[in-house]
Amino acid sequence: MPDLLRHAWLVARKDLQVEFRSRTALTLALVFTALVLVVFEYGRDPTAVPTLDLAPSILWVTFSFAAVLALNRAFHAELENDALEGLLLSPISRSSLFWGKLGANLVFVALVQLTGLALFVLFFDVPVWRVWWPLILVMVLASVGFIAVGTLFSAMVVRTRFAELMLPVLLLPFLLPPLIAAVTVTAKLLGGRPLSEVLGWLRLLAAYDLTFVTLATLLFPATVTE
Amino acid sequence: MTQGSVGRWITAVALVLLAGIYVRALAFTPTELLQGPAQKIFYLHVPSAWSAMLSMGLVGVASILFLFLKDERYDRFASASAEVGTVFSLVMLTTGPLWAKPIWGTWWTWDARLTLTLMLFFLFIGYQLLRSAVSEPGLRARYAAVVGICGLVLLPFIHLSVYLFRTLHPRPIVLKPSAPSLPPVMLVTLLLSFGVFTLLYVGFVTQRYAIGSEPR
Repeated sequence: MPDLLRHAWLVARKDLQVEFRSRTALTLALVFTALVLVVFEYGRDPTAVPTLDLAPSILWVTFSFAAVLALNRAFHAELENDALEGLLLSPISRSSLFWGKLGANLVFVALVQLTGLALFVLFFDVPVWRVWWPLILVMVLASVGFIAVGTLFSAMVVRTRFAELMLPVLLLPFLLPPLIAAVTVTAKLLGGRPLSEVLGWLRLLAAYDLTFVTLATLLFPATVTE
Repeated sequence: MTQGSVGRWITAVALVLLAGIYVRALAFTPTELLQGPAQKIFYLHVPSAWSAMLSMGLVGVASILFLFLKDERYDRFASASAEVGTVFSLVMLTTGPLWAKPIWGTWWTWDARLTLTLMLFFLFIGYQLLRSAVSEPGLRARYAAVVGICGLVLLPFIHLSVYLFRTLHPRPIVLKPSAPSLPPVMLVTLLLSFGVFTLLYVGFVTQRYAIGSEPR
């Protein structure tokens, strides 16, 4: 187990290092998130729909798009010079490789989400401060399982035709349960409801995360083994 | 007899029996008091939903077997089942709104089961698009199996989350803890229809599987 985690950390660190050296993907994802928020501002009638009613949808649709785009890059870099072959030949288990990729993706998506949240507060003046920690909790719970499936699928679609379109088509059905839960919980939290009212949803999210992280870890070898 | 002709025979028998279901449902099963003739579509809608679910279930099972046993016949079966499932999903998704418009007053609603079946349809489509986008057979089979298994695990989660969200669909009337709340004559028609749709599934899949086995 320590080896598994240590190797996963090495893979994640490698990915994040590559990412932070160029910062192209991260910058693109952040600018994209900001632009989606702008599109939302003009894609609604502010006199007809109060911001607070629309806020959870704006937040989560933005996060979803940004996450799907971010996932596209996870295995893309490994295609160059057959880098994936090198990773597979290295003496680390497939699970470590998957968890490393998953970890790097989670950090990447978390950065995009946190920036998105800040921009969201700035643009839409939604009071998230009094619920910041349950909101962060639901952001984490809603992302882990979904990003696990996304990491698994992105390992496959990079080697298909139409990869950029294939990933969202395969992945968006998997977004539905976390999206429904996250939007409901966010709406209740912003509406000042107590945390006890959303515990059922949080449990559902936790079950989803546990199921899909396990399943994706088990299935990942099938996507890379030659 | 070749596999393909076995499939064609099963399908032919199932289609004749399907005509029988039409006759029985329209002429020999009483009209429902409140919904009137619109309710007749129930004898096609529910069994096609059953066949679509059965298709997905078997895609998932065949995918698991494929990853364990590496026998490409399971992959071929999963692929056939997914194609047939797409057709049954389409039947379900067209007969549903036809019934819903006069009864609910709307073609579509974002109820738990409707959302579930729509996602089932999208999973089938995604599964096949992925297959068509990978040219190497071994890779295609493994990728498809991964998506098939994930899809099967996803469906209960979608149902649960949308169910907690809101639901409008008629409650289960056959598979529920108490006795079926359907008059015996209607229940018999429905059960016969389930049988016919299962046979249709078998017929279609056998034919499709046979096409997949032909040397290329």
